[in-house]
Amino acid sequence: MFEGVPLTWFLITGTIMFFVGIYGFLVRKNLITILMSTELILNSVNINFVAFNKILYPDHLEGMFFSIFIIAVAAAEASVAIAIIINIYRRLVNINVEKMDEMKY
Amino acid sequence: MTPNQLMFAIFSAVIIIFSILTVTSRRILRAATFLLFVLVATGGMYFLLRFNFLAAIQLTLYAGGIVVLIIFSILLTSHIGEKLEKPGLKKIIPAFVAAGVGAVVTISTILQHNFPVEVISGSERTDIRLIAKSLISVEKFGYALPFEVISILLLAAMVGAIILAKKRKD
Repeated sequence: MFEGVPLTWFLITGTIMFFVGIYGFLVRKNLITILMSTELILNSVNINFVAFNKILYPDHLEGMFFSIFIIAVAAAEASVAIAIIINIYRRLVNINVEKMDEMKY
Repeated sequence: MTPNQLMFAIFSAVIIIFSILTVTSRRILRAATFLLFVLVATGGMYFLLRFNFLAAIQLTLYAGGIVVLIIFSILLTSHIGEKLEKPGLKKIIPAFVAAGVGAVVTISTILQHNFPVEVISGSERTDIRLIAKSLISVEKFGYALPFEVISILLLAAMVGAIILAKKRKD
């Protein structure tokens, strides 16, 4: 309970966001939209970490540091993914996942 | 309804609605804008929990950095007016079932678990000096090693991104 807001509410928000991200990851075909779904998933995990930290262990900061490191990893991942996407676009003039079968035997 | 509950309800509604719009919108630039709303509302949730430093990181790095990067790459790779093709029912149904079953199982598990109900007064802010000291401390609850690892990772990602996106000379 955080000033009237129970921990469960935060967790449910995070869960819904996570599974919406999973849905987008499975349904979308454009590489950039798949990347956006990944960002949603990472972000929902951050909400969970922060809510657990504040409500269950208010005098510690572990959850916050985990969130900071997750954000840093997400930034690195997004930059490399976008570099790869631009490179693929340059070669195939297309960023549809179903056409990425160049390396398939 | 206390002000905190009201703010939580607003942020939560924005997060849920706009994340659904992010994965269903057929115009890709709009999807990126909806993602921006989701990230800003998450930053608001961090402010609600009094993690001011984390909220600032969220706003500058996620909302300011990653979304701008995504929008740039959208502008480079797709036509603005173009609509994405509709995913077929053969794809939607399995994905919806997978996500829906996962969400129902997780939410029912969360609701069954008894979390402690003691009330936390979150009025005090996180001390920024404590964050800085913990990040470079090597003692217990210190994060010097992950900090160094993440800096190497960011450097490697930067070099890798530059090399990957560079034009080839042949």
